[in-house]
Parts: sequence; C-alpha cells; structure tokens
Amino acid sequence: MPDCQVKRCLAFKLLTVGVVDLNETMEMKKETGMLQILDIDGNYRKELEPDISEELLLRMYRAMATVRKFEEISMGLQRQGRIGFYIGAAGQEACSVGSTAALHRDDWIFPAYREPGALLIRGETVLQLFHQLFGDSMDYNRGRQMPNHFNSREKNVVTPSSPIATQIPHAVGMAIAAKHMKKKQIALTFFGDGATSENDFHSGMNFAGVFRAPVIFLCQNNGYAISLPTVRQTASETLAQKADAYGMPSERVDGNDVLAVYSATMRAAERARKGQGPTLIEALTYRIGPHSSSDDPTKYRKNEEVDEWRKKDPIKRMSAYLKRKRLIDDESDRKLIEDIENEIRSSAKKAESTPKPAIESVFENVYLELTWNLREELDEAVQRYGPGYTGK
Amino acid sequence: MTVRTLLQSVTDAMKTEMENDERVVVLGEDVGRDGGVFRATEGLLDRFGVERVMDTPLNESGIIGVATGMALYGLRPIAEIQFMDFIYPAFDQIVSELSKIRYRSGGTYTAPVVVRTPFGGGIKGGLYHSQSSEAYFAHTAGLKVVAPSTPYDAKGLLISSIRDEDPVIFLEPKRLYRTVREEVPDGAYTVPIGKAKIAREGKDVSLISYGAMVRTCLEAAEAAAKNGISVEVIDLRTLSPLDIETIISSVQKTGRAVIANEAPKFGSFAAEVAALIAEKAIDSLGAPVLRVSGLDTPVTYIWESAYIPDVQRVLSYINRSVSY
Repeated sequence: MPDCQVKRCLAFKLLTVGVVDLNETMEMKKETGMLQILDIDGNYRKELEPDISEELLLRMYRAMATVRKFEEISMGLQRQGRIGFYIGAAGQEACSVGSTAALHRDDWIFPAYREPGALLIRGETVLQLFHQLFGDSMDYNRGRQMPNHFNSREKNVVTPSSPIATQIPHAVGMAIAAKHMKKKQIALTFFGDGATSENDFHSGMNFAGVFRAPVIFLCQNNGYAISLPTVRQTASETLAQKADAYGMPSERVDGNDVLAVYSATMRAAERARKGQGPTLIEALTYRIGPHSSSDDPTKYRKNEEVDEWRKKDPIKRMSAYLKRKRLIDDESDRKLIEDIENEIRSSAKKAESTPKPAIESVFENVYLELTWNLREELDEAVQRYGPGYTGK
Repeated sequence: MTVRTLLQSVTDAMKTEMENDERVVVLGEDVGRDGGVFRATEGLLDRFGVERVMDTPLNESGIIGVATGMALYGLRPIAEIQFMDFIYPAFDQIVSELSKIRYRSGGTYTAPVVVRTPFGGGIKGGLYHSQSSEAYFAHTAGLKVVAPSTPYDAKGLLISSIRDEDPVIFLEPKRLYRTVREEVPDGAYTVPIGKAKIAREGKDVSLISYGAMVRTCLEAAEAAAKNGISVEVIDLRTLSPLDIETIISSVQKTGRAVIANEAPKFGSFAAEVAALIAEKAIDSLGAPVLRVSGLDTPVTYIWESAYIPDVQRVLSYINRSVSY
C-alpha cells in the first residue's frame, strides 16, 4: 500500500474513534421524556388511555398482526425466489397502524417503505399488497416498483419512492394545498431516523414551519439506517429536539406502544386542524428483522440487543391489553392469527397466478400520451415479444 | 394585441391562467413582494394574494418538493427557480420524484408542475448565472422541456405548459427577456408543445437551434444570404418531446445540418439532434452534421463573448457545412 494511502487509513481510523463509538448504538435511545401508556406487560395508564372504539381497537390489532405474518410469509417467498425482494416492518407495526388510525379517512399519508400497516388499517386488502410484491397486472404500480412500495389512490396513500426523505416536502406541499383550498384535510409523512440527515428533511420541516402547514412528521426512530446507528446520523440528544429549530412542537413516544402513538398523533392532528401548524413525532422503535431481504444485521448489531427489543414487542403488548379489556381471549386470539395466515396464503397464491402486465405497458404512463420515440421503442418491443406478451 | 417583451409575455401568461383557473399558484424565491429578480412575477402578488403567490424560503429542493405535493393534491403550481444554475439542489426532486410519479404509480398519481427558470448567458453572469443545463432534463423520461425564443411563443407555450398534464421544465432565454418585443394577443391562446417552427425558410443548410441562440442564428442566416447561402432556421421551441418530423424534412430538403446551442458541446442536446439526423436522414446528407456550441468549460465571466457562439462563429460553421 502506498504511503499516502496508509496515512489516509490511519487518519480515518483516528477520526472514527475520535468522533463516535459505534458500539454505543442505543445511546440515543434514552427513554427520557418518552410517552408510554401501555407497558411491556400490557398494563396501561388509565388516565392517559385514548378513547378508541372496541371495533377500531380490534381492527388495529388485526392490521398489526397481519403486517407481522405478511412479512414472515413474504420473506419466505423471497427466499424461494418467488418475489425479488422484501423490506420488513416487524417490530414497528404500532407506528404505522397507531398513527393512521388516529387520522380521518381522507387525510393524506406519505409513506416510506415500512408502512403496509397504514394501508391495512385503511381497509386495503392483503391481496392488493401481494399484487404489489409480485408486480402483476392488478398492481396499482403496474409492476414498475420494487416490492414494498405500496400506495393506494383510493385510500389516500401517496406513491412512495426509494430515495430517502423525498416524500417529506410533498406532504408539506399537499398540506399547504389543502389549506389553500380551504379543506380540513391534513397530511402525515413517515420516515426513519436516517432520513433526518437528508436535505429534504430540512426542506420539508422548514417550509412547514414557515407556512404553518397542517402536517405531521412521524419519525420512526428504529435505531439504525441500514447498518449505521442513530449516533452516526446526528449529535443531537434526540431527534424530537430538531423540531425546536423549525419553530414547531414535538413529542417523543414509545413507538412500540400503539396507544401512545395513537394519542400523540391525535393531538398533532387536532393542532393541525385548528390551524396551529405542524408537529414532529419521534417514535422510538426497533426493526426486529434485517433492513431488507438483502441485509445481514449480525454484522452491525448484537443478538442480545434484538432479544431485549423482542420483549417490548408491540403486538404482544396490544394482545395483552385487549385481553385485559376482555376484547379477546387466548382462543379468539389464536383463531384470529390462523384466519390471518389463511388469508395471506390464499392471497399470495392468487397474486402469484395473476398475469404480469403486458409488454406494451412498459411504455405507458411515462407521459399522458405516447411520444414518437416511445412509440418507436414500443413497436420494437412488440416486434420482439409479440403483442400482449406477459412473459409466458 | 399588445406589444410585449418576452418577459412581459411570461408574466401575462401566468396572470391569464391564474385568472382562468384558481388551481394555478406561483411559488419561489422573491416571486411575491419583489416580483422576481427579473420581474417575471411582477404584479401577481397584488392581484392574487399571498396564498397564490408564495414567497418561499431559499431552498430549491423545497420549492420543487412542495410544488410536487401541491400538484399531487390537484393544484397547478408554477415553481420559479431563480437561475437555472441554482436548480441542482432540486435535481433529485425533479429527476427522482416529479418526473417519475405518473410512471411509478401506474398513472394513479400525477404531478403537473411547471418549473420556470431563466437559462443561458449574455448578461455577464459568469459561471453561476449563465448555464444551459437542458440536456440533463431532456435526458429524463417523464419531463417535457420547452424553450421559447419569441414573446408570442413564450406566452402560448407557457399557457400550454400550465395546462399540460405532465411536468414541464420551462426555459426562459434570459438575454432575450427585454431585447425582443412583438405584438402578442391579449387573453389566452396556446402554442402546442412538441412543435418546432421554421423561423426562416431556406434551401442550402438547416440551422437548428432553440432559446436565445435562435436570434443569433437568424442574424447569421441574414448575413449568409448576402453571400448567396440560403439558410433554413428551425426554432425547436420544445426539446422534449422533440419535433423530429420538422427537423428531418428540413434536412432532407437542404442536405446539410448545423445545430447551434450554447450549452457545452460534449454530451449536449445538440448531440442528440445530430444523432437523430444521422439515424434518420443519412442518405440526404451532403456534409457532416456540425455543432456550434458553447465551450467544454464552465461559463467564464470576462470571456463570455468567446463562450457563447456569436454570429461570426455560427457563420463559420455554415460556411464549413456548405463548402464541404
């Protein structure tokens, strides 16, 4: 190795050691100032318990349990080569389900890619999610996006992309537009701890503060952006405190406590609807699985850490809560999970046997109308594959 | 009809569409109180109020990202980027988001935003107030790229862009803002996107250009005529989707093509036009396709005159083509 390269390596090592010890991964997750209503044993603080109908509580539980099972089965499909990729949300189900459940049905959601729960709680079917994973002809995206880029026009869940944080200014723009049109709709956007390092986090937060946009920023701080812990994203003590700089309030909540997420979102939504502007919610949670089906988390975190977080599982906690409230019992819980699994397995089969979009579809939706150059490419493709070709 | 500069036509187009359609809003840096650094939005704030003419924070990525969100809701935002040289912080929002929303959502979501931005040199703006980076955007599927060169076309094309269902990058030739004027109809009219114009008919060589360079080309054609060379000047008006038919039928007639633009030559939009002519009309060509372009350097402050092709340089390329 040339001398200068050796020096550079040394300098980098010194720098990394000097700046931050990556082993202090969860250092930031001091649970100070964190709202918790439901503890890890299912005990809850009666005085803080949000007023949620029994019917909605049961739907929330079903949505959360569905996300978990859906992931388990989809990861299996990925391992078998039946879908190309999967991005999990296990451990984070309370964040998307709890927050979306607190909104009105016509409020707008700008997801990242760990929020199938937001769609499910709005009534999207498991089958439709599988259409997305398989990219078949029933997929809203027409097979154009990698798995886990879920959206639904009908459910007011906006199309996500893979670049991080780009959806944040969109949510702000949508919220400003709704205000401009004198509508009471608000927008909520999901993003992770890593996204707070991106320029568009700043852009979106700053515009929202300046224009007092009716928007909720829901940061799922799961401790890692792929391999890098939150301490490598920011030297701030919390992510919530970033709201101060943009002139908006924030709340830190236990992201594995569905009641806390629900009640914080409800408060933020009320503020937004009253014209009091945006709120940042930092939900402290943990990704139990890998970043994606291509990730090996043992390279950057210890199993003991994962085990600690398994004890805080949001679904177990909600199950315990519902049992205390006598909304479910062991038997009905078992039946529910079985029912969910059956639905998932039959939906996967259905989606897998749905034909792929025809070759012509590749050239559609680039613009409203085909341009001459797309027409030329379309003709060439049809000549090669034949009209209506779906891959079979 | 009113005699208007290109700049006044741009303003008039926005005012006309804002009166016609309450979904049309304007946002950007200094577009409200100041009326824009070039005064393109002058008078709009007083006429339409702060909700429809939004002075934003100094953040291009935010301007385009927020405009995209507004368009997703159903508004028709016109976002101003003060100079094309400052569009790069918004590049991700334009290239990864705005241009791809229709495609990636299978057509269930659309974001018809117009991004207006002054481009090109001629105002002694140096590296950062002179750039012509249209090639990046013409290269991106899902964007339309429009570049008028006359007041009439500027108004008609801007109205078409605002009404278009797809995002449009609307490039305004800043050195023509106040230097060209002509009679422009009052009220709404459109000039179609995707249609070039024969700015001057000729038979010896096709001189293909857009934006401010069209004026230089017309002057060069006039000078060439004195030497007995008949130059056909094509004003592309839209770069994407390109009016290939007008280009090819002109080249088939003249047998020669020179493309004039002021962006750096290497990998430029002119290269795309040259390649298309080679692919589709090589049998008609009596000379190599030539490009007279800006230099493969950043734009320089003191030697701007050497950077931007002038009449003499364009003429020399015309002569090279016809004497081949």
